[in-house]
Amino acid sequence: MNRYPMWKNIFVAIMILIGFIYTIPNFFGESPAVQITPAKSTTKLDSALLGQVEAIFKQEKIQYDGVYLDARGVKARFASTDTQIRAKDVLQASLGSDYTVALNLLSRSPNWLRSLGAKPMYLGLDLRGGVHFLMQVDMKAALSKAAERFVGDFRIALRKERISYVGVSREGEIVQVRFNNEADLTKARTVISKEYPNLTLDESTDGEEKILKASLSLVEQKHIQDFAIKQNIQTLHNRINELGVAEPIIQQQGADRVVVQLPGVQDTAKAKEILGRTATLEIRMVDEEKTDIATLESAAKGQAPMGDEVYKDREGRPILVKKNVVLTGDYITDAGPGVDNQSGRSTVNVTLDGRGARIFQQVTRENVGKRMAILLIEKGSTEVVTAPVINGEIGGGRVQITGMANTQEATDIALLLRAGALAAPMDIIEERTVGPSMGQDNINRGMHSTMWGFAAIAVMMMIYYMAFGVVSVAALAINLLLLVAILSMLQATLTLPGLAAIALALGMAIDANVLINERVREELRSGNTPQASIHAGYDRAWDTILDSNVTTLIAGLALFMFGTGPIKGFAVVHVLGILTSMFSAVLVSRAFVNLIYGYRRKVSKLSIGQIYKA
Amino acid sequence: MELFRIKNDIPFMSYGRLTTSISLITFILAIIFLATRGLNFGVDFTGGTVMEVNYPQAANLESVRKAVDSIGLKEATVQNFGSSRDVLIRLPVKTGLSVSQLSEQVKTALVTADPQAEIRRVEAVGAQVGDELYENGGLALFFVSLGIVLYLWLRFEWRFAIAAIIANMHDVVIILGFFAFFQWEFNLTVLAAILAVLGYSVNESVVVFDRVRENFRKMRKASVVQVIDNAITRTMSRTIITHTMTQTMVGSMLLFGGEVLHNFALALTIGILFGIYSSVLVACPIAMWLGVNRANLIGDVEKKEGGKKVEVEVAEPHPSDFA
Repeated sequence: MNRYPMWKNIFVAIMILIGFIYTIPNFFGESPAVQITPAKSTTKLDSALLGQVEAIFKQEKIQYDGVYLDARGVKARFASTDTQIRAKDVLQASLGSDYTVALNLLSRSPNWLRSLGAKPMYLGLDLRGGVHFLMQVDMKAALSKAAERFVGDFRIALRKERISYVGVSREGEIVQVRFNNEADLTKARTVISKEYPNLTLDESTDGEEKILKASLSLVEQKHIQDFAIKQNIQTLHNRINELGVAEPIIQQQGADRVVVQLPGVQDTAKAKEILGRTATLEIRMVDEEKTDIATLESAAKGQAPMGDEVYKDREGRPILVKKNVVLTGDYITDAGPGVDNQSGRSTVNVTLDGRGARIFQQVTRENVGKRMAILLIEKGSTEVVTAPVINGEIGGGRVQITGMANTQEATDIALLLRAGALAAPMDIIEERTVGPSMGQDNINRGMHSTMWGFAAIAVMMMIYYMAFGVVSVAALAINLLLLVAILSMLQATLTLPGLAAIALALGMAIDANVLINERVREELRSGNTPQASIHAGYDRAWDTILDSNVTTLIAGLALFMFGTGPIKGFAVVHVLGILTSMFSAVLVSRAFVNLIYGYRRKVSKLSIGQIYKA
Repeated sequence: MELFRIKNDIPFMSYGRLTTSISLITFILAIIFLATRGLNFGVDFTGGTVMEVNYPQAANLESVRKAVDSIGLKEATVQNFGSSRDVLIRLPVKTGLSVSQLSEQVKTALVTADPQAEIRRVEAVGAQVGDELYENGGLALFFVSLGIVLYLWLRFEWRFAIAAIIANMHDVVIILGFFAFFQWEFNLTVLAAILAVLGYSVNESVVVFDRVRENFRKMRKASVVQVIDNAITRTMSRTIITHTMTQTMVGSMLLFGGEVLHNFALALTIGILFGIYSSVLVACPIAMWLGVNRANLIGDVEKKEGGKKVEVEVAEPHPSDFA
């Protein structure tokens, strides 16, 4: 009765094997590495880059342990930190500003493990060192900015329809238009409600004046807020790329917050400066009249003609553009990829606000057949993103930029256009910095706690329960193995509270084995045969183990739902630890006991410590 | 080896009045400390900045204080922790200055005063974030309690659910009382520890309740008091061994875990010690006084099982049980 069917033994063995495979990457340690990622989302990432990097290493005689290409970029491992730093400098110099080269640590685990997707646990900032920022997007400012745009839009619309008004002003997020009489107001109302269906309109009087109040509808407010946070995250992405951070995390948290985690970054002042910076987008005309080979050449040497400036486009060709700025990124309300109905080619569709639309219409009318340059100005350097030819007058504020190679590029450029500047100001409302030595200290603390605690428990269990104690300790060790394997597989962020949760999970998991062992003893005490006692002991203990684990699980899930940061890290490990402990304490320990006792013909005594018979 | 050789059941329930009185007194004391001294909330909840700075030699607290004062932060506290080379600086939230600006200013001041200062850890939390964490902590505690009550209600009976949650909430209050009395810092990890303890010591009640239910089935002739006494006596060995093991692990954390895990391990220690006591010696008497008996615990099951009329012996607690 104490034999598992073959499949069950095999199942347990396979689980242990899988646990073992996914745990070992944690033992190989990490070696210094550099990570090469494209600085812009439009730069291609393929094996060509891999070859390029290898060629650079050969040329510069840099010894490397391995070069790999993954979804994020190219990574190279080195034997020492000196080589790593030299490689970084060489790569940065050879590859130029198209690629970001960042220092990183890479697992030293062999290739066959990597091909199985087995990676070491993902360490949180408190274990590897780095900065954590929580940034709050100023949504009120985003809404005010949107309302401010309507002030200009209304003026233009009313003038166009020749409706006379006294004034347009903004109060908070409400735009007020004052009229002398009811008739004008009614006419204006029809015009505005037709052009801006997403606004909620209201009327009131102030002495002689009639007032039309326009406020953003809830749907529109939500749209503006969503757009603001998405754009801010995109902008942050682009900026952090410049910082050269390996594996940054930028995530939305709640409706109006962004979490930014920069592992390995110590210069917090610089990080803050770059995150808070404002970048701009400009549309200017290409100076076609002066564009000839001679002027371009002298312009490249720094002698641009009067009223012009020279910039490079994405292929590195110089373009002569006028100093006069037609439009800035502030007029863009949205940008997205699209398809040209006639040619079927990919496009980027930009939506301008009312004023931007009017300016754009006028400029395009006057410059048909000429080229218009879209420039991105970031950190003092300017680049021409694209310079399309104007085919005709463009009204309505919807601009279609053609000439995209494919949908991917269109998507990327749309992102770039949106990502030019922050849509709304952001404040850092939480900062956590952990120095690199502190990170290592924290790892040691967590490891030592677990190790010594485990050792003490193991000794006590074996003394108290003899062979059953050995089985319990083996089950506990497998629990640890499985927990580490699952954490490595999920690549869940392991923090110091997470390490504490591992230790605590072990301390709590032993409960199940104690319950079982005590039950078996009790069955023996009441005079049952050894085999029957094992069977009944495991059987009866199961109900209790289930109940007690469910209550612990409830606590763990609540922690997960309401916890943030360190608490969440604790909760994840806590919950996983409960699940693995149910498996190992019951199934695995029973498998061991079965192997020891289940196949003997006659068992007269169980090695479970001395038992006092009543 | 066998530590617990108990021939007869220990009459735990006859000590019911004593054990609950001890609990009540500790509970009231905890409430008094909480009310008079209050909790020493960490920056996680109040907002503000904590900095850990390490110096190659023993730190000169006076000069560190001067450096912090020089940028107009008179409310800052500067103290040693761990060793004489480690300094902990605490700053309250300052209006008109974002937490990150403040921390940057202090860092500059410290490094200017002593270029060898190594900033090992900075935690700067805005007041608004603190309020939210506070609120979420309360919500988490509420939902954990609710979840546990509902589960025990489904699995056992409402009397057990109420008894278990009263016993365990009183553990939480006692842990808080300790933190108030000693003015230990109460931060997010301590909250995590408290919620973990809540789940853990309910285990304890569950194990005993499980046994009580089983005994009601087996010990047909026994009174409620006998049944409960037997259940506690039989599970006592397991209770003590398990808690010793868990406490060993927590003790290891207390020894090796360093500053960050120290209060976490402390909260767990208090929780485990009081958890043993209350989840058995408080939860059981309460369940008994609420009127737990054979009928309301397994009555339904027996009807389903047998289909025939089963004689159910109802043993009401007799006044002499409490003497």
